[in-house]
Amino acid sequence: MAPKKPRVTRNPELIRGIGKYSRSQMYHKRGIWAIKAKHGGAFPRHDPKPKPHAPAQKPPKFYPADDVKRPLVNKHKPKPAKLRASITPGTVLILLAGRFKGKRVVFLKQLPSGLLLVTGPFKINGVPLRRVNQSYVIGTSTKVDISGVNVDKFDDKYFAKEAKKKKTKGEGEFFEAEKEEKNVLPQEKKDDQKTVDTALLKAIESVPDLKSYLGARFSLKAGMKPHELVF
Amino acid sequence: MPFKRFVEIGRVALINYGKDYGRLVVIVDVIDQTRALVDAPDMVRSQINFKRLSLTDIKVDIKRVPKKKDLVKAMEDADVKNKWEKSSWGRKLIVKKRRASLNDFDRFKLMLAKIKRAAVVRQELAKLKKTA
Repeated sequence: MAPKKPRVTRNPELIRGIGKYSRSQMYHKRGIWAIKAKHGGAFPRHDPKPKPHAPAQKPPKFYPADDVKRPLVNKHKPKPAKLRASITPGTVLILLAGRFKGKRVVFLKQLPSGLLLVTGPFKINGVPLRRVNQSYVIGTSTKVDISGVNVDKFDDKYFAKEAKKKKTKGEGEFFEAEKEEKNVLPQEKKDDQKTVDTALLKAIESVPDLKSYLGARFSLKAGMKPHELVF
Repeated sequence: MPFKRFVEIGRVALINYGKDYGRLVVIVDVIDQTRALVDAPDMVRSQINFKRLSLTDIKVDIKRVPKKKDLVKAMEDADVKNKWEKSSWGRKLIVKKRRASLNDFDRFKLMLAKIKRAAVVRQELAKLKKTA
């Protein structure tokens, strides 16, 4: 069916809640009398469609003695955190916490969980493709051209921890097993890092000094007042 | 040490406190012991306490309470803008503003430039020390 146009009322509003015409005047204006006359005295109606017969439910075997409290219905769906206006794809961010605190890093995109996908690039400052929370980041006004980079394949599942295999508890085997537990980064992730970085590096090297800027860490020096600094 | 900068009609002053901090205004009339009527081409004429003004060397030739048009013309004749920007006080303020507006990348580039300059200076100094 063609989409219905929103119906314009034939009853102009005098004041909110009060129309110009009464019920009987509106009945006449809408022409209900003409429709009724056309259909022999009654307003045309369609009989309700027969509903599919719902399967008969068996009465439950057990009724609890006391009232069971049901939690209130909550249809709230979590949304990803609102991204600050200063953070757009390609922005240079300063990480404020964690292993890479102080490092200047390029922002790629916001993941569905709300975290920011970020890369060093790895060759420049050792920060791999990584997720970072928006709250632990300063957005600078320096932007890198990110059009050559394809980040569609990265999402939160890419960064999920692998499920740990259960360790057998033999005394002699215990120590050997520990030595083999080292986490080797799968080659696929290293290749992903390379593809993202080569595209980025070209854009970065086209701007003078940007490479050494990204390689340097940020720190507050004497006389720098964070609330007065323009980032 | 006689005074050189007087509060007079036509004296250009810098507002050093308040909402219009940093604005150059012309004293257009004196209201009483403490207040003056000031005006500038891009603001509504208003009163201001003398304590909020820092007098400059620049003077504009106007009559008491001129019309805005006359004020603007007189300021252009006296070339207030250029005189201010060439004066050492004015230049210092411009530099301060520029430094405050540097972003993080600019500050990094500035640091590199300072290091380079210092290296050149030190090389020259070493050369001079050798010959001395």
